[in-house]
Amino acid sequence: MSIDWHDYDAQIFFDELISSPGNARLPARSLTAHLSKLGDDEVQMRRDMAQTTIEQMGVTFTVYTEEGNIDRAWPFDIIPRIISAKQWKVLDLGLQQRLKALNCFIDDVYHDQNIVKDGIFPGHILQDSKNFRPECVGVSPPFGVWANICGTDLVRDDTGKFYVLEDNLRVPSGVAYMLENRSITKRVLPELFENDRILPIGDYPARLFDTLAALSPRKIKNPEIVVLTPGIYNSAYFEHAFLAQQMGVELVEGRDLQVSEDDKVYMRTIGGLERVDVIYRRIDDMFLDPECFEETSVLGVPGLMRAWRAGNVALANAPGAGVADDKVVYAFVPQMIEYYLNEKPIIENVKTWLCDDPEQRAYVLDNLDSLVVKPANESGGYGMLIGPHSTKRQQGDFARLIKAYPRNYIAQPTLKLSVCPTLVDGGRLEPRHLDLRPFILQADDIYVTSGGLTRVAMERGSLVVNSSQGGGSKDTWIVDTEAR
Amino acid sequence: MLLSTTAERMYWTARYLERIENTARLISVYHKLLLDLPGGVDITWYNLIVLNSAEDAFVSRYKNRDERNVLKFMLVDEQNGSTLSDVKILRENIRTSRDVLAPEVWECVNELYLSIRDNNQQGLLRRQRYEFIDGIIKSCQQINGLLSDTTSHDDVWQFIQLGRNLERADMTTRILDAGVSVLLQPGTELGVDLSQVVWGHVLRSLSANLSYRRTMQARISGPEVTQFLLEDEYFPRALRYCHDRIIEAVHKLPSQKPVLKKLQTVNSFRFEANSEQDLNDSFRDYINELQVRLLVLHQCFYDNWFAFEER
Repeated sequence: MSIDWHDYDAQIFFDELISSPGNARLPARSLTAHLSKLGDDEVQMRRDMAQTTIEQMGVTFTVYTEEGNIDRAWPFDIIPRIISAKQWKVLDLGLQQRLKALNCFIDDVYHDQNIVKDGIFPGHILQDSKNFRPECVGVSPPFGVWANICGTDLVRDDTGKFYVLEDNLRVPSGVAYMLENRSITKRVLPELFENDRILPIGDYPARLFDTLAALSPRKIKNPEIVVLTPGIYNSAYFEHAFLAQQMGVELVEGRDLQVSEDDKVYMRTIGGLERVDVIYRRIDDMFLDPECFEETSVLGVPGLMRAWRAGNVALANAPGAGVADDKVVYAFVPQMIEYYLNEKPIIENVKTWLCDDPEQRAYVLDNLDSLVVKPANESGGYGMLIGPHSTKRQQGDFARLIKAYPRNYIAQPTLKLSVCPTLVDGGRLEPRHLDLRPFILQADDIYVTSGGLTRVAMERGSLVVNSSQGGGSKDTWIVDTEAR
Repeated sequence: MLLSTTAERMYWTARYLERIENTARLISVYHKLLLDLPGGVDITWYNLIVLNSAEDAFVSRYKNRDERNVLKFMLVDEQNGSTLSDVKILRENIRTSRDVLAPEVWECVNELYLSIRDNNQQGLLRRQRYEFIDGIIKSCQQINGLLSDTTSHDDVWQFIQLGRNLERADMTTRILDAGVSVLLQPGTELGVDLSQVVWGHVLRSLSANLSYRRTMQARISGPEVTQFLLEDEYFPRALRYCHDRIIEAVHKLPSQKPVLKKLQTVNSFRFEANSEQDLNDSFRDYINELQVRLLVLHQCFYDNWFAFEER
């Protein structure tokens, strides 16, 4: 027995690999042909191999539970998700355009607020924003760029069209898993890398390093760059260590750093104090500096904001960048693109209703059973209502929340998210929903990963792809069919 | 310049790695020693607990001082101090130091952890013990090899040297102590001449038998074995050798003066013994003094490089 692609049917959903039962899309053809040549045993062997590799490489993520933190092996499906290079080229440009506009917006918001004065963006949304930091007003980070590292979530609907679902501008995670997924796939399906032209992704750490180095306040040959982690109990610790290692920079915790009276940041080394130029911080704004934000934070560094405002250290992403990482602000990105760049958006937003607006709120309240309601400020898929999968009672709860805190909620249609063949127990293929998180870097230059992290909802019919809630992942291939 | 916390982690990484290997060696030798001793000689596995100064911890968890409990305590106990918990700490250390070590080191340590976690009953069964213990020793050497050949021999490496040699010196004193304590135990003076057997095993537990024969050109005897393990300049587990390597590493590190000064004040490893009888309680006192010296040295490293806040 082996895989027969005629038995696989994605039904009403758009499938990433298959156009109709038995017919693979062009960039996926050598993969599907190869898989159907493998027997069941062989497929199972490759799956086991992937599992062993993950355990041996210690690719884990941390789940917080009531019994304490547990390290779980990274859930991974060996069948890659494939996009043609031609299509990717457009998305690449769209993602660049989007981050440029977002950074213009953040810089504007902390300076003259022209977009508000010109009536494009409502001022009260800014005033009510949980992520607007008055401490950041008037600061000018290098190149006017606040979000140097961005993870933008893309989804496809039932026609295969790509939309932006959200922009993660605070401390987006997942890029290490993107890189590890590729190294696992290279071990498990090496044959395909010989024949297909799959765009490499391995240059990300070097690009990240260049992006960070460009931010250094001291124009010296080897600026001191560090990755600031909240520590081993953070769910993304694996990634923090991975990136520090790949870039060859120090991985530090708050206690390794200090801000001296000269408002400069130093790290404690065996030879004494040493100046730090750039901090890739993986700590939320509120924990960065107990002098400025959360007083009880032991993760941060007292005085860090002082040093940053004085221009003596670069923080990436800049504090306050999260002001654009808000699902209400998201709804205005198409207007921002036109306002700042004078361009048409290349990738569209998902249709979004703002509960803040009375008319739109009324529509949302009338259609709670078909919409997805999301809090404006949460990440990780928490606190959401998925209308079609919800009970009357849950809908009632959300109606009350929306009426009480309209600014805090938005609604979107329940998307018929695209699917991809995924191995389930018994070695069969079933369609599973997925999304895609490419990573974009901006400093003096701008760069988009070739592909990104594909996250899969491992349960049948589920739309939740977050690894903290049972999601898995796949390698993402951008295949250049024209070069063959 | 190397972060203080990273330096400390490297130091402890090397210490734990050494400790895991040495514990495995100790069990392996004890296992063989007990097979060699004639019946009626009352030497128990519990000596291993005494040797590691772990009597209190053991008694609080186990009643019977038998082979199974001792091995359980030393190898797979969840409590601090067992090989399983040492490997866990080692793994956490490596995990938090992945920015300075080659990825293969992490993979190896992770494999060692998984194999001990998943096969921990093997070490308790006599039949499978050799394989289990031998596996641990081999893994440790593989990791040491990787560290040596894939880490730049810069400050990171010097701290690995400090940790390794300090732990190694400590273990050598403990193994010497083990030998003497077996021989001083009441009841062992009857019948067979045990000293040959015991000192032979002391050498083997440190993989020192070959070097001993080549260097000392002598039959195995207490005074000469102790002299070799204390004073030899070339054997990697002799105290003199470890001490010299520590000095060498310290010379290459920044702000080394206070540590060098301390090292110079304790520079002798001599115990006068002309016969087996001289290796008595005063020798055990001397061993104890050496262990205290190592503790002081550790504190000195700590104050000088790791505890930056108090500086």
